[in-house]
Amino acid sequence: MTLSTAPPPAVAAGTGRTARRTLVLSVAAVVLVLLCLASLAVGSRSIPLDTVVRALWDPAHPAVDAETEAIVRGTRATRTLVAVLTGAALGLAGAVMQGLTRNPLADPGLLGVSAGAAFGTVVAAGLLGLTGLLGSIWFAFGGALAAAVAVYLLGSRGRGGASPVKLALAGVAVTALLDSLTSGIALTDPEALDRYRYWSAGSLTGHDGATLARVAPFLAAGALLALSAAPALDSIALGDDVATSLGRRLGAVRTRAALAVTLLTGASVAVTGPIVFVGLVVPHLLRSLVGPGHRWLLPGSMLVAPGVLLAADILGRVVARPQEIDVSLVAAFLGGPFFIALVRRRRMAGL
Amino acid sequence: MRAKTVEAMEAMDTTRKVAFRLDRPAVSGTVHVRTALVGLALAAVTFLVFCGTVAFGSGGYTVPLTQVVPALWGGGDTASLFVVRELRLPRASVALAAGAAFGAAGAVFQSVTRNPLASPDMLGITQGAGAAVAAGMVLGTGAGLGTQDLGLAGALTAGVLVYALAWNRGTTGYRIVLVGVGVSWMGLSLTYHLLSRAELHQAQKVLGWLVGNLNDRGWEHARPTALALAALLPTLLLLGRLRRTLMLGDEVAAGLGTPVQRTRLALLLCGTALAAFATAAAGPVLFVALASPQIAQRLTRAAAPPVAAAALTGASLVLVSDLVAQRAFGSLMLPVGVVTGVLGAPFLLWQLARANRAGSGG
Repeated sequence: MTLSTAPPPAVAAGTGRTARRTLVLSVAAVVLVLLCLASLAVGSRSIPLDTVVRALWDPAHPAVDAETEAIVRGTRATRTLVAVLTGAALGLAGAVMQGLTRNPLADPGLLGVSAGAAFGTVVAAGLLGLTGLLGSIWFAFGGALAAAVAVYLLGSRGRGGASPVKLALAGVAVTALLDSLTSGIALTDPEALDRYRYWSAGSLTGHDGATLARVAPFLAAGALLALSAAPALDSIALGDDVATSLGRRLGAVRTRAALAVTLLTGASVAVTGPIVFVGLVVPHLLRSLVGPGHRWLLPGSMLVAPGVLLAADILGRVVARPQEIDVSLVAAFLGGPFFIALVRRRRMAGL
Repeated sequence: MRAKTVEAMEAMDTTRKVAFRLDRPAVSGTVHVRTALVGLALAAVTFLVFCGTVAFGSGGYTVPLTQVVPALWGGGDTASLFVVRELRLPRASVALAAGAAFGAAGAVFQSVTRNPLASPDMLGITQGAGAAVAAGMVLGTGAGLGTQDLGLAGALTAGVLVYALAWNRGTTGYRIVLVGVGVSWMGLSLTYHLLSRAELHQAQKVLGWLVGNLNDRGWEHARPTALALAALLPTLLLLGRLRRTLMLGDEVAAGLGTPVQRTRLALLLCGTALAAFATAAAGPVLFVALASPQIAQRLTRAAAPPVAAAALTGASLVLVSDLVAQRAFGSLMLPVGVVTGVLGAPFLLWQLARANRAGSGG
């Protein structure tokens, strides 16, 4: 920590806090590993945990038949990996957005970034005929960035700057606009509609390892950018004036953070479709455990958000067995009540 | 009518008010000249657009303009009479009624929340209708209920849910907005999930409804909305004074003697019902409820979004958009919601530009 950095209030409290935070993050990591194992075991065909572990480490073991191996190391492994990567991306993006806008209700889905990425993807596929992920992902980034900027400008207009209410409304307005345009494109082309509806439901299934390998560099770049912005976000939490007087260049910080959010959201939405509320809930849960400092909050969100997404996915596989409920629906119906409780609990002061 | 005080032709100075008192019935009041003039002009525009829709609507046949008005009243030659009364009038009536209801509902929501971006499209009511209709079309639940009934039920349920969840020793505008946003995301997720589970033909049907569509609409769609308008618009106009005090903030309104919670509940009930009936009839025609009150407020230079002018603006908007949707793209009959959606983009940009010019001002 350099002197130019604002010390987050909690850092001063000393090593007790650090131990507690380390403990929280370790527990989160262990839970994440357990959830990954559960995600490999649970599904329309249940596989005992010991068989799962064996299939992972020792596929040649006689207790592991070919079908089990295909399920565990194939479809479910990919699905779990998708959940971990996109979950981490969404959680990190949500935490960065909440810090950047000093807005407790920020979330890539709520603030229209996901809808922008969705619109970009559908334009690429429906109008330009780009079906490959690599072609369309740039459109997803472009859409995400444009939507984020539009929502922020719309939400910060008028008296009082970017209040939570105005930002949330601007997010829904932009989402509604992009949705209707997306539907317009999808309606003219049944094939595009068919692809669009599976993807827009927000699902972790139906992806292969190659897709993941393609988006991984973007996710990694976004994560690095976001994590490196943590000290600056701590300064911004004290207010724009204080942050400036601490030597932060606000424009540069905002650009970096916005770029990070765009990369993280665009890449994850291009794979799974829009998933709302994960990026909202996780930073809130964590803030009560590790405090508001972003150096702990951001890595913490990367650990906890995949767990939340995996838990929602597992729940979606279990409740309607043998059918499955898409993870985005589960996330919305777990996160929606959380959001409403948050709204009811207190006056919406900024972060 | 005998106007007691008239500021003669200086009344054209648009900030003037004209006071009037009638002997029989004994009524007195003031009329804002600009509001009245704009209202009349909007009514005239709406009527012209309505006639235009009837004359140039879908199908190749163009009704001669001289035949349109007689045909509306049941006169004129048989061909025009058939095309006007059987084919185009029902659809145009749905557009008129739904547009007016959306516009009025938008004005109500924007006054209650004191936010120019608030509208039933954003506060869960539309999404509730969408989820109910999607459930009906995909799962076949609520069999026996038509699409219209399902949409109405879904919209009203969502509206009541938003109000109830926002209630915490009274409601406030910002809580209604945020709870509405939460409910609308839940409705949206449910709709997307149902879409992904549907057969392709069902999905097309659902999506066709979801963007806001006036194809295949008839009198059975126009009538409920028209009845709702007939009952609720006068109520809203009577509540106008109280509604305008709410725009000053809860504390000031209470200080002026407005029963804040009861007024807000009454206004929201009316607004939700109007939005629900309109959505049930025409589907969620986006941005009409958002843009009409703002346009009407600019035109009348009123302090609060004006209900009557917003209703007329909304009706004109939907009628024009539907005509464009029917005729502008040749044989491709776009849903009206796509047109209003495309119009919504420049509207949002305009709001942005206006905010930049006005600096920090509201």
